[in-house]
Formats: sequence, C-alpha cells, structure tokens
Amino acid sequence: MVTINVNRFKCGYCGACVGVCPFAALELVETWIEVSKECTSCGICAKICPVRAIEVER
Amino acid sequence: MKNEYDVVVVGAGPGGSMAAKNAAQRGLDVLLIEKRQEIGDPVRCAEGVSKVWLKKFIEPDPRWISAELKGSRIFSPDGTMIEMAEEIAGAEVGYVLERKIFDRALAYESAKAGAEVMVKTRATDLIIEDGFVKGVKVMHLGETYDIRAKLVIGADGVESKVGRWAGIDTSLRPDDIETCAQYLMSGTGLDQDFCHFYLGNEIAPAGYIWVFPKGQGLANVGIGILGSRSGKKHAIDYLDEFVKNKFPKAKILEIDVGGVPVSGSIERTIANGLILVGDAARQSDPITGGGIVNAMETGRIAGEVAYNAISRRDLSTNTLQEYEKRWRAKIGLDIDNSLIVKNTFITFTDREINALAHSLKGVNFTTMSLLDLLYALFKANKKILWDLRVIFKNVIKYDMDFER
Repeated sequence: MVTINVNRFKCGYCGACVGVCPFAALELVETWIEVSKECTSCGICAKICPVRAIEVER
Repeated sequence: MKNEYDVVVVGAGPGGSMAAKNAAQRGLDVLLIEKRQEIGDPVRCAEGVSKVWLKKFIEPDPRWISAELKGSRIFSPDGTMIEMAEEIAGAEVGYVLERKIFDRALAYESAKAGAEVMVKTRATDLIIEDGFVKGVKVMHLGETYDIRAKLVIGADGVESKVGRWAGIDTSLRPDDIETCAQYLMSGTGLDQDFCHFYLGNEIAPAGYIWVFPKGQGLANVGIGILGSRSGKKHAIDYLDEFVKNKFPKAKILEIDVGGVPVSGSIERTIANGLILVGDAARQSDPITGGGIVNAMETGRIAGEVAYNAISRRDLSTNTLQEYEKRWRAKIGLDIDNSLIVKNTFITFTDREINALAHSLKGVNFTTMSLLDLLYALFKANKKILWDLRVIFKNVIKYDMDFER
C-alpha cells in the first residue's frame, strides 16, 4: 500500500497536515498522526509540514 | 460524563470555551470536550492579541499576560523600518499572552458557568439521524462512547473534522494555509515594548517573521510561510536561517509549530444541528493570521444562538442561520478585506515591498491599525495597490468629494 510516513521524532503534532488533507485521511490523536486507508500519497501534507516530518512512500 | 446534553462543544480553545460558557450561562446543559490531556498546550500560536478586542470578552489577568505592547515595527527586505506606535506615551495597545494559562482560564470560565469539561476526550465521528447532527462519538482513555446532543459546536481548530463529517468542505489548499514554526527564545536583545515583523520572499515567502516580546527578556520568534511556497524548504528551515543570522547567541527554550487557515470565509458554517466556530470555521484573519478574538467573538455568538435555537426546539439551518448572519455582520467584512490584501501581498517581489516601505518615509503612524497602514500605502502607491481600492471605497469617495 502506498502511503505516507510521519516521523514521530520530528513531528510537533500541530495538525496542519490534517487540515490540508483533501481526503480526510489524517487524524491528530493527542501526540501522533494516524493515517487511514483513504490516503492516496498525494503529498500535500509532506509539502506543507512546518518541520519536514512527513515523507511520501511511493 | 452523561450520555445526553443540550450542547456538546468539541475543542477547548478560545472559541470552544466561549461557546460553552455562553451556552451554560443561559442554563443549557453543556459538555466541553478537549482531545489533549492539557488545555492550551502545546501552543501553536504567536500569542499576540489586541487589547481593545480582548477586553470585550474577558477582564485582562496578569496571570496570562506575558507582555504589553506599545507598537509595531515592520521591516522591509532592505531593512527599511515602518514604526507604528500609540501617540499617547506609555499607552499599551496589545498583549502577548501565555496561551497555556489563558486557554485554561477560559475553559475554567465555562466550568464556572456550569459546563462539564472533559480532557483526553476526542470526537471520532458525528451521530447523524434524518439529516440532523444528533451528537458525537468520542474516545476517552481508549473506550468509545456515544454522546447525544441537541446541538454540536465544532471548535476543533485547523485540523477540524467535525465540519467535514457533516458535509461541509473545510479542507485547505496549500495556498489557504500559513505553515508556521516558532521558538521561544532568550537573548534576542530586541526592545520589549514592540512587536517586530520582517518581510521578504528570501526570508519568509508570502508570509512574515515575527518577534513578539514575552517579558523578562524572552520573545516568540516565529515564521509563517504560505503552504504553496513550502516544499523545498519548510518553515523550520527558514526560521533556523533567520535565527542563525539575526540572533546567533539567543537560546531556544521551546518549539511551537502550527498551521493557520488563511482561506477567508467558507460558504457555510452551519448544518442541521451543527455550528462551526473559530479556526474550524476558517474565521482567522487571512493577512495577520490572528484567530483568537475572532474565535471568541464567534464562540460567544454560537453560545447565544444555541440557546435561542434550543428554546425554539428547532435546530435546523433555518434557525441556525442567525449564527451565520451575526458572525458575518460582525467580522465577515474584515475577513473578506484581509483576503484581498493577502492575495495582493503574496504576489509582491522584494523590490515592490521595498518600494512600498520607502513610500512611507516621513509618514507618522500614531496607531497600530493595519487599516491605517494600508490606506497610507494605498494613497502613495495606487498603481500597484489598485486591487485594494474596494477596501477603501468609502474613504476614497469621501476623499474625492472633499477634493472636488
């Protein structure tokens, strides 16, 4: 399955990625990001993450 | 926690707490839920707020005020400074808050008004029956619960899901969000009475860097860049570069990150049985990124409308339209105008920003009002700022009449 990888050591759990996900595939749960199967690896979240914590796996 | 309330508010930021407080004050049975274990933490905000606006909602309390501001200094890419300060010496016009204390204090206000507050409680879905929102599904300490409500108020911030679950498209495009990073720093050596803004595409593409005093020599040093300009370099990279050049000896005591909606108003902020407030409703200011007072304003209106609608036993959008009308009347025009400014600002080259700054040489600003600054800029640069004319159309008309 293609998806994204959120580096939890870099992530500041701000939720910006959740707000830009066109597929509502992300969820900020307290201090981590959960990715659901709706993720299409479009990469918008990786682009806007303030701290470069997200990588798209292709 | 019961399994039924009049109102469930999702998210205990300033908007959610104001909504919960105002609904509870009117005798409604209110539950305020917050997914984090601590209200107000981690901070995702520069923490600056206008004094006049804040006072409309809460009496300032030294426990959550970090610093008072006398004015702003704005720096163009070539270092030209525009200073805006209150004329009356010593008059403070803005606050820098301690959001960790402030947000908790607001939640406490709602608790004192009678609302029940639950932390570490996350909404996972809405209960929808016959086209009406009838409550929320929540997870608390790993267990799921159904909580029924006559009305749900979604105050769940930039990452809002509540609106989407009810069919309102709140997703932000990359140019609808400022992606932000901030350090709380000691040793910047900047004047503690002023907030500082640095503009330029090299240092903060389609955004700006801010330095807000936090008292006792501390400062919030942060950056927001437009999401569409992020990618090769991210907000944190620009911030690190700026800090390395500008404050090489300053020390980092905290890291904050966040996304600020700058989309401008969305088409609708209500559904049957549902109201959205604050960042969840994309009500933050598209040019400054400020969202605290707008969220408090709309939260308050939402709490009042909740009472009116529940009293009438009609939670349809027909009744909730009162919310839509009232918040747009109050802040809708400001948001629309700021969006026009944002859309103009993000196209400027550094040369243009410099030219704009130069055009204000000798102009004396005696207020911190952004509108005053923009009007002065407009008057001196009508050609490149022609798109802004709609904002000033009444002022311009007056000017022209006057000249004639």
